[in-house]
Amino acid sequence: MQLPILSVIVFTPLVAAVIMLMMKPTMKTEVRVTALAAATFDLFLSGWVYFTYNMQAAGYQFLEKYSWLPQLGISYHVGVDGMSAPLVLLTGVVMFTGVLISWGIDDRPREFFAFLFLLAGGVFGVFVALDLFMLFFFYEIAVFPMYLLIAIWGWKVTREYAAMKLTLYLFLGSVFSLVGALAMYFANYQMHGVLTFDMLELEKAGFPLLFQQIWFLPTFMGFAILGGIFPFHNWSPDGHVAAPTAVSMFHAGVLMKLGAFAALRVGIMLLPQGALVWKDLIFGLATVNVIYGAFIAMIQTDMKYVIGFSSVSHMGLVALGFSTLTREGMLGAGVQMFSHGVMTALFFAAVGMVYDRAHTRQIPELGGMIKPLPWVGVAFIIGGLVSMGMPGFSGFVAEFPIFMGVWKTQWVVAIAASISIVITAAYIIMVIRKVFFGEVPAHFEGHITPISALDKVAIVTLCGFMVALGVYPALMTPMVSLGVQNILRLVFGGA
Amino acid sequence: MSLNLMAILPEILVLLVGILVLVCDPFFKDENRRVGLGWLTAGGLTATLAISLLAGQPGQPASAWGGMVRYDWLSFAFKMFFIFAAAITALFFMDVDKLGRRAEAYVLLTASTIGMSLMASSSDLVMLYLAIETTSIPMYVLSGFMLDDQKSTESGFKYLLFGAMTSAVFLYGLSLVYGFAGSTSYEVVALKFTSLNIVSVGVLFLILVGLGFKVSLAPFHFWAPDTYEGAPSPVAGVLSTASKAAGFAVLIRLLLVGFPAMAEQWQLTLAIMAAITMTIGNLVALAQKNIKRLLAYSSIAHAGYALIGLVANNELGHLSVVFYLLAYILTNLAAFGIITAFGRIAGSDEIRAYDGMSRRSPYLALAMLIAFLSLAGMPPFGGFIAKALVFAAAVQAGWYWLVFVGIINSIVGVYYYLTTMKYVYLYRMEGENEESFPIPMSRPYVIALVVLCLGIIMVGSFFAPWFDLAGKAAMGL
Repeated sequence: MQLPILSVIVFTPLVAAVIMLMMKPTMKTEVRVTALAAATFDLFLSGWVYFTYNMQAAGYQFLEKYSWLPQLGISYHVGVDGMSAPLVLLTGVVMFTGVLISWGIDDRPREFFAFLFLLAGGVFGVFVALDLFMLFFFYEIAVFPMYLLIAIWGWKVTREYAAMKLTLYLFLGSVFSLVGALAMYFANYQMHGVLTFDMLELEKAGFPLLFQQIWFLPTFMGFAILGGIFPFHNWSPDGHVAAPTAVSMFHAGVLMKLGAFAALRVGIMLLPQGALVWKDLIFGLATVNVIYGAFIAMIQTDMKYVIGFSSVSHMGLVALGFSTLTREGMLGAGVQMFSHGVMTALFFAAVGMVYDRAHTRQIPELGGMIKPLPWVGVAFIIGGLVSMGMPGFSGFVAEFPIFMGVWKTQWVVAIAASISIVITAAYIIMVIRKVFFGEVPAHFEGHITPISALDKVAIVTLCGFMVALGVYPALMTPMVSLGVQNILRLVFGGA
Repeated sequence: MSLNLMAILPEILVLLVGILVLVCDPFFKDENRRVGLGWLTAGGLTATLAISLLAGQPGQPASAWGGMVRYDWLSFAFKMFFIFAAAITALFFMDVDKLGRRAEAYVLLTASTIGMSLMASSSDLVMLYLAIETTSIPMYVLSGFMLDDQKSTESGFKYLLFGAMTSAVFLYGLSLVYGFAGSTSYEVVALKFTSLNIVSVGVLFLILVGLGFKVSLAPFHFWAPDTYEGAPSPVAGVLSTASKAAGFAVLIRLLLVGFPAMAEQWQLTLAIMAAITMTIGNLVALAQKNIKRLLAYSSIAHAGYALIGLVANNELGHLSVVFYLLAYILTNLAAFGIITAFGRIAGSDEIRAYDGMSRRSPYLALAMLIAFLSLAGMPPFGGFIAKALVFAAAVQAGWYWLVFVGIINSIVGVYYYLTTMKYVYLYRMEGENEESFPIPMSRPYVIALVVLCLGIIMVGSFFAPWFDLAGKAAMGL
């Protein structure tokens, strides 16, 4: 009997959350140590899953299936393929670094880490779910702790507004997708007489064309809201800005991928004919995302808003890659999910470290931060290079194939969208110049304390992944292309 | 034992508990009275629950007492819910001033429980009416139990007036049914009311007024907020859970057994009522400043959600109503229990009074979070799967517009439930010295709340056994 490794990954954070809640409120250090231990364990296991995934065998691996509600065909069914294995690793990385970065939280750390871990457990659950009901179950678990995390520990100015906006947007999206999923479930029942939420079964259902066309849009868009798709991206930058550092990292690094991934899994993979019909619309919206997001990012003066809108722009690239329905585009999108997740986690970590010391994120008020905070400065520059798609970093590995795919589909759009790269370069360099170089404003002298060893570990971990992937893309591309193959087979048959 | 006795075994046992409480009351010393009465009632009811589960499970659906009551899983399952709710409520009674030391309160609770149990099982209009009154009259008294509190008196009186009014309308409807069908038995009624005409529609309307009041469907919901606000919190808890579920049990049986031929009419009527109920409940809840009124409107909205399953009127739909009520009873009992425990110390039910609660009592705050997230329909709590099942049934039956209304409403719900949690977790008390105002919890409250919270999580994550139970109840009419 094989070790149920995916279940262990999913339930470690949940169990850790319960254990932490059982501790006394005064045991702050113990809570932090528990959190770190659980996160390290999960990082190790997700790395294990990633590196032992059998490339020759391909398909879904590490499968486990237990019946949950057999009367309705709901099962606890988990497994990873080439698309989800990198995302499981990503979640492990962000969880680990997120705990390190949040070490200093002193207001009710017990509740903070417990809610953060509920969120992490939900995210893991979605990435490994092969059952539609289970996917929703964990999706909602991933969404609601966000509200508390942002509202309680967030930035005082906007936290209540941003937290509620985020929750309502995401909840709205998810229930629309839920109705789409239920429609699929009953349609499958009518056609084949089997009640099942198993996505591997539903993939084979062969829904009628009209059905797919009708239900693709609500299902896909419901999830894509969490992926930050235009015009429903508005909650995302507000949420990023209001959230505490670790939650921003989770939010931009992992949660938005959750939306994109679920849109892919449920929308495109289960309703492929619908995807073919609507792909132009998604393509158009994603193009707006990419360009518009970049332009808005350029005029922001708050560092977190810059990164927030850059996330909207970069997630647009993911949606763009998906909507090309080409091998290159989807491959790039798959890698981009990982690359952007790590990159944006690093960005928010860096911004958080600056903010904790300078107590401002306004770009004009900052300057010269690389002198007191050399690690942060270098990290931000590396993140910037990834963001610009510089060769040698993971961003290039991700964005280059996306643009190839887009070019094959519609070359005009490829040219238009590539403008975003220039703009990205412009705002990133501007932030680097103004925040990290130049003179340190006088009133900051002596206030800027060096970052802790834990912060350094987090930064180095995140940078390490981006550089390693940039230098040696074969770490990830073969795996993702296996996942892409499977998707294209569903969409076009054969291929 | 004979079938007749088996059919009302739980009621007999509950009655014995009530009598026992009355008999023992004079023998308790004053300082022991709270502990004695509370644990006697709760323990007795728990024993009733255990004995019924062990010895009283129904087999094939059968009629008993000359066709007055049915002995089937629908009635049995609901009886178990009611007795459980009453046992938990007895625990919540214990530390409420002027309630916990009064034997009458516990006796009235058991009397009402007997009424609810009979509501769930009655299959005859006369029996039904008697059962409803047996449920209501003790509840009128309990709502107005705090004689020196004007709000409580007002609450009891308002409930009485509304109740008497709708009861009269309902009774008039029943008399018409008897006049046209020549019988009061559900099965005979079903044979007579097969076609659509002015009488049948009128009768249906009169009956829905009576039951709509019981389960607080709009536009017969006006009593609920005022009554809940004034009534002692645990009593409001019963009113919003067990008493409401009893109304649903009657709705299910009466409509499915008594008026199956008119399904199309009552489906549409209930669909419209459900949509209005959800919308009014949720929208008005947004504006509430008092947590009991907030929960009252929320419980109105939840009646609307549960009704969706009945509107769908398919196997999954009937099942989902039972499941929904199960999850809802656990959740709302917990919510009212928390309010009881908190209000007792804080001396206020205003939402503002909840400022800084998570610092005053982290565990009570956590329990409240669980209850409210379950109400909002978030996993892994009972409310999520319950709502998912109800919506699934409606999708299956093709009621897409109703699902859409339900979705929009549940988003509104998320808003005000989370806003309330903001007071608990985010805001601070004046002076920011919450640590010096702890909320001590007595043992009965801890036990009751732990049981309820575990129940909410059990129903919400290991749903197969509960689904089976609900399925048995819904299929075996």
